[in-house]
Amino acid sequence: MQAYIAAFIVGGLICVIGQVLMDVVKLTPAHTMSTLVVIGAVLAGLGLYEPLIDFAGAGATVPITSFGNSLVHGAMAEAETTGIVGILTGIFEVTSAGVSAAIIFAFIAALLARPKG
Amino acid sequence: MSNKKKKKLTPVQQEYQKFAKEREPKRPVAVNMFRAFLVGGTICVIGQLISDFFLWNFNFTEKTVGNPTVAVLILISVILTSTGVYDHIAQWAGAGTAVPVTGFANSIASAAIEHRSEGYVLGVGGNMFKLAGSVITYGVFAAFVIALVKTTITMLGGS
Repeated sequence: MQAYIAAFIVGGLICVIGQVLMDVVKLTPAHTMSTLVVIGAVLAGLGLYEPLIDFAGAGATVPITSFGNSLVHGAMAEAETTGIVGILTGIFEVTSAGVSAAIIFAFIAALLARPKG
Repeated sequence: MSNKKKKKLTPVQQEYQKFAKEREPKRPVAVNMFRAFLVGGTICVIGQLISDFFLWNFNFTEKTVGNPTVAVLILISVILTSTGVYDHIAQWAGAGTAVPVTGFANSIASAAIEHRSEGYVLGVGGNMFKLAGSVITYGVFAAFVIALVKTTITMLGGS
């Protein structure tokens, strides 16, 4: 139960940050999402995102900030084993599931669905 | 509008900008924040439920459970997008549905469906990443720079 409360609060707060960027700083949704991804990557670089995942679970892995975190982690892990070229080969290693799933499911949806409204 | 752009406008245009700004509907910031918190938190709880489900029923570890969880969330999001339900939730929730990974999937799926009439290659294939492309571009570039800096520090014998 504890894990669910932590996930709710942390995940909710990250979305509130996104809402503030949209309403107060007046960024478009695309700018907001790009900013959050970069923030996630920077936090990963500073080693702060991993503790957040340990604390909040899905509250930290579901928001888009974790995409930035995973990109850095994939690149770092591969760079440790194969050297500097590993950054290029490893960058999509962890996020591959998310990106591939999004492309495949979205393509199937485009084959089946018609635009609404 | 930035100050630099403002200076180039004629006085009449500046007056209009002021006029338009005064009449722009005020955004209910507090209400929007509350809605984003509620919906965003709920989506994360659903994510936690899915990952716990995979942890209990299949051979996943804390590290590997992220992949199937994200895939299921994306599948749900794409189904809700193609039935038109996601748009209704998004109208109400604002960033609460845009920030989680479901929003990323929604932006890809809705762009793909919307441009279907322009053909499957140039329409669907070409426009799929219209919105999500910027997220991937900036994410990858930021990750590249950060990973490069960290790797260099490690190679030079730092921590």
